[in-house]
Amino acid sequence: MKDIVYLDNNATTMVDPEALEAMMPFLGGRYGNPSSMHDFGGDVAKDVERARISVAKLLGAENDYEIVFTGCGTESDNFAIMGTLAYFRDRRHIITSRVEHPAVLNLCRKLEREGYRTSLVPVDRDGNLDMEFLRKSIDDDTAIVSIMHANNETGVIFPVEEIGALCRERGVPFHVDGVQAIGKIPVDVNRIQCDLYSISGHKFHAPKGIGALYVRRGTRIRPLMYGGHQERGRRPGTENVPGIVSMGKAAELALRHLPDEEGVRELRDRLENAILSGFSNVRLNGSKEARVPNTSNVGFEYIEGEAILLYLNEMGIAASSGSACSSGSLEPSHVLRAMGVPFTAAHGSIRFSLSRFTTGKEIDYTISVLPGVIERLLEISPFWDSAAKRCRPVSP
Amino acid sequence: MWEYTDKVKDLYTNPRNVGTIENADAVGEVGSIVCGDALTLYLKIEDNIIKDAKFQTFGCGSAIASSSALTEMIIGKAVEEAEKITNRDIADYLGGLPEQKMHCSVMGKEALEKALANWRGEETLEHEDTEGEVICQCFGVTDPLIRKVIRENKLKTVEDVTNYTKAGGACGSCIHKIEDILTEELANQPAAAGVELRVAKPPLSNIRRMQLVEETINDIVRPILQKDRGDIELMDIEGKRVMVALRGACSNCPVSDVTLKNLVQDKLREFVEDDIEVIEVR
Repeated sequence: MKDIVYLDNNATTMVDPEALEAMMPFLGGRYGNPSSMHDFGGDVAKDVERARISVAKLLGAENDYEIVFTGCGTESDNFAIMGTLAYFRDRRHIITSRVEHPAVLNLCRKLEREGYRTSLVPVDRDGNLDMEFLRKSIDDDTAIVSIMHANNETGVIFPVEEIGALCRERGVPFHVDGVQAIGKIPVDVNRIQCDLYSISGHKFHAPKGIGALYVRRGTRIRPLMYGGHQERGRRPGTENVPGIVSMGKAAELALRHLPDEEGVRELRDRLENAILSGFSNVRLNGSKEARVPNTSNVGFEYIEGEAILLYLNEMGIAASSGSACSSGSLEPSHVLRAMGVPFTAAHGSIRFSLSRFTTGKEIDYTISVLPGVIERLLEISPFWDSAAKRCRPVSP
Repeated sequence: MWEYTDKVKDLYTNPRNVGTIENADAVGEVGSIVCGDALTLYLKIEDNIIKDAKFQTFGCGSAIASSSALTEMIIGKAVEEAEKITNRDIADYLGGLPEQKMHCSVMGKEALEKALANWRGEETLEHEDTEGEVICQCFGVTDPLIRKVIRENKLKTVEDVTNYTKAGGACGSCIHKIEDILTEELANQPAAAGVELRVAKPPLSNIRRMQLVEETINDIVRPILQKDRGDIELMDIEGKRVMVALRGACSNCPVSDVTLKNLVQDKLREFVEDDIEVIEVR
């Protein structure tokens, strides 16, 4: 495999070598079932419990049993919302934001078809939530408020502590989709005062196929599936032991490496500043301030995102785009549209997302390669006058 | 990631004929920056031969590749020959495009038509993608364009239409209109198309035949009859004999016999098997 400059860490991350090592025995000789009576299985249960404690620590949870292991972030989100609705059957109103991950938005759309009322909180130009709208939306019928901690496309951080206090005051269950925040910024479920918090292992250097839902002690929630006693009956089914153990290790490492995120921020800023100062046809998507340290979403005007990605791919750089073409749908990202990013820039949006494994060398390489890519596409573009180095008049 | 052919990859990484032609004899512009796709085609035409072609494209990899392919295909061709190129030909030249990207080849075809219309001195604005009822507001796709693409590519479903024209791919409000257009177009498809289809049909098992009959009646025949406040009910299937009852406005219509023979049987023969016999029961 050729060397790749991997700047798509919001899509997925490399498994930390230590987290990989931690799971290996459970794919090999230590295959016992944690539910078994014998030591061969029972000892495995201890490793699962150690992992639970590590994840609890990463989230600032008081009790290890507040962590329920799931299959992925999407399952955690679905469990949180549907499990809460299944408990509060008489409440028929859900509050979430317009920029949530599809795991939440598409679930809410389905629930809407089933007769639930949903309030979608809008965001401003910088991607910040309209808190006034959220406050006014809460009523006696509200079953749950579900808001993401950090946005996957722009990296914008939402004021979950403020929302948590509000929900607590109004007695409404609060779920935070923390998939893009965990490992990037400090998370403390008790400061947030949330009842539920979703995470996904592969976004913080654990393998794919493992996630968790924090369920505050005493939170009213029903399981999605019925079966055995695993996870105290909240998520039955034999545990994904290798995944759990590896995520436990990854949680421990994430906590230890949290100070390194400052270094990630420096690299991100170096890349972002080079882009913003290097091109006249570019703008930053999302608030510069309230952002996770690893994400930069920039919109290039007059050229199209998928084409940029394909050209970057040729140069060995992996990034992502909110453009319509790359998504398979025909509309650009719902997040960028909710922010009111003009179509001209949304079509050319590129997301760079770094990790603690990203090196300065990789960022410098990307900075050196970008001008060639952008200029080649501008040359092809009918909206750009390459000779005059400015855009042609655009008729929409 | 899309599965692009090597030809597509080659043409978006090293597009041929990028640029503009000064004093071009013909210019064709399609798409817009809002849609996320736009192409400007420049032609140099001498003695009815396309001597040179250049393009500029705003769009994804397959849009760039389709534009480049188009220029390569038309250079050196007589105008009359170039005119015959369809979007399908462009896609074939590229070794195929993902279904969701077929609209890129349509954009190439449209730009060529516009450029040639421009060369003939025709009013380029009065083109079929700008005249006629706008069906898809999001992408500005008109009724005539949708019909043309349906016919040229033998499209059968709304998804096909969206893949080829983008219509219906954004807010989706026009999907019912596209469905209506499709129903009409499918009803009007020339017999020749049916013959082509019939040749390739393998023998059917009884179960498969029943499924196909049911699908054809539900998805194709019923919508047509319902437009005239009629309806149809499938009563029984015995081998290749299909018993149906006409309902609603159809049941006491004097031409119902003709309707049956011409419509139901034709459709079943076209989509199921060419020796299906339809019998009306009450």
